[in-house]
Amino acid sequence: MSFPVKKVPIIILVLLSYQLCCGAEQSEPVSAYDTPNDAGRSITISWEELEPSELAVPEECRIFRSPEQEGTYELVATVPFDQSLYRDDDVEDDSSYYYNLVLVKGESTVGSFTLRPVSSSPQLFNTARLNVLVGILICGILVAFFMIQGKIGRELYVRPIAGLSAIDDAIGRATEMGKPILYSSGVGEMSRVATIASMNILGSIAPKIAEYNTKFIFPNWDPVVTTVAQEVVKEGYYKAGHPEAFDPDNIYFVTQSQFGYVAAVDGVMVRERPAANLLLGTFEAESLILAETGNSIGAIQIAGTDSSIQLAFFIVACDYVLIGEELFAASGYITKDPMVLGSLKGTDYSKLVIILFVVSGSILGTFGVETLVNWFSVG
Amino acid sequence: MRRRLPVIVCFLFGLFMLVQFFVPHPVGTEAYETVLDWVQIIYVFALFVGVAGIIKLHGGKLSPGKKGWFYSLTTILGLAAMVILGFVFGVGRGTPFNWIFENLQAPMQATMFALLAFFIASAAYRGFRIRNLESVLLLVAAVIVMIGRVPIGEMIFPYSPEVADWVLRVPSMAARRGIFIGIGLGSIATALRVIVGIERTYLGRD
Repeated sequence: MSFPVKKVPIIILVLLSYQLCCGAEQSEPVSAYDTPNDAGRSITISWEELEPSELAVPEECRIFRSPEQEGTYELVATVPFDQSLYRDDDVEDDSSYYYNLVLVKGESTVGSFTLRPVSSSPQLFNTARLNVLVGILICGILVAFFMIQGKIGRELYVRPIAGLSAIDDAIGRATEMGKPILYSSGVGEMSRVATIASMNILGSIAPKIAEYNTKFIFPNWDPVVTTVAQEVVKEGYYKAGHPEAFDPDNIYFVTQSQFGYVAAVDGVMVRERPAANLLLGTFEAESLILAETGNSIGAIQIAGTDSSIQLAFFIVACDYVLIGEELFAASGYITKDPMVLGSLKGTDYSKLVIILFVVSGSILGTFGVETLVNWFSVG
Repeated sequence: MRRRLPVIVCFLFGLFMLVQFFVPHPVGTEAYETVLDWVQIIYVFALFVGVAGIIKLHGGKLSPGKKGWFYSLTTILGLAAMVILGFVFGVGRGTPFNWIFENLQAPMQATMFALLAFFIASAAYRGFRIRNLESVLLLVAAVIVMIGRVPIGEMIFPYSPEVADWVLRVPSMAARRGIFIGIGLGSIATALRVIVGIERTYLGRD
């Protein structure tokens, strides 16, 4: 039996409709229900739909609970009436509970509701994140499609990116001046995507550095990144046919102290006077200290990070900056690997889809239609 | 097999991390927390590799004739002192380890961080120099935000805080969100390439 691929869009639409409609299930003025999209052991009591009489607006709600209908009800919470709902996280899964909601004004009871029995259970799928799944699927399908296109030989155009074109010039400049190249992936662990992208760029430029026999220095903040970087650069030297030129001591772990690392890298910059600084990866508050020191020694600087705040600092202190997805596009751009270029093309088309949603949402939102905007809220 | 096995492991764990994001069930969250615990355990071993690297690098520079040997000696002594003091006296409040951290390391870190104030001034000077239309726009936006953020700004122009807020909330946020979208899509594409094994640079040599 084959998987019904053609029915996937219909299934997604049905699930989306379910997600949009499930909020309307609670029509009773006061209700208790299993907290949706959670790990269980939680029941939500809601009085959002309750419209109190204007003469006696309650001040607080007292919530009582009992495991049996005729048993003893214990007070579990007293919450302000305006809160509209209460989440009881002190229950066992698959056990029925009876709730009693008492509305109080001053010392007087102004209303009381006995709710139907309810039990909690964990969910297997968080429907509030269905939109994320759909987004990832759309992006993934586009990326996969263009990767296949690249693999079968279709020519894929990628716009020129000044910062990436300048990397070759920076390596050449360092070679001509007889000065080293300094590389930093910042203060990110190997699990950060920006650090992975940085390693990919390193893998792309290492053969060129080896070919030119330029001194390469890479002080590290993270021991795992150090090990990976040593392997990546070693592979580059092997590819270029100069394995003997590889010196693992030039790629070394410094410290995990953020500003200790900055002090060490600044020290290397001032002592070694590199001709090119490549600051590509995960950067936080140390970005400007590194970039300004590099600027003061006259090095050509190419920077890129996934932090929009640090990008501003890099823009004023560096010669070239990889903005946004350019950091992730770098390895494909440099190596011209058709599969990687295909994935870049896929993200470009994903961006087009997002732009269409942004424009449509803006127009609909202007006319008071919030449905499309609400699709993008994540639970 | 030397490369295939890591790619398979990467694919399985990458897929697991993706799937668990959508699964609130305790089975998913417990497995996720177990994986994170293992990451921490593996990371500690990697830290040993880092420390060994420091000792190897600085140990090689210890002969008195070598340039900067004294700094390498200080590094190794500092490393050894913190390890020994931490193991012998513990790392809690009032211990020598904690005293060194509070009175030596923390002030040195704060000193490095404080340099940022001067670097921001020099970077701002370079960024705000009027060279073209973009520089003018940058300067005007910066002046508006700066005036709107200081108490005297409201005295100069009563609506300056609102105008500054608008600059940050509307045009600045719009540009930042554009960057966020690019970063998000780039991250998805990179993650996908790594998970399916197209991008294998991180594995090193064959």
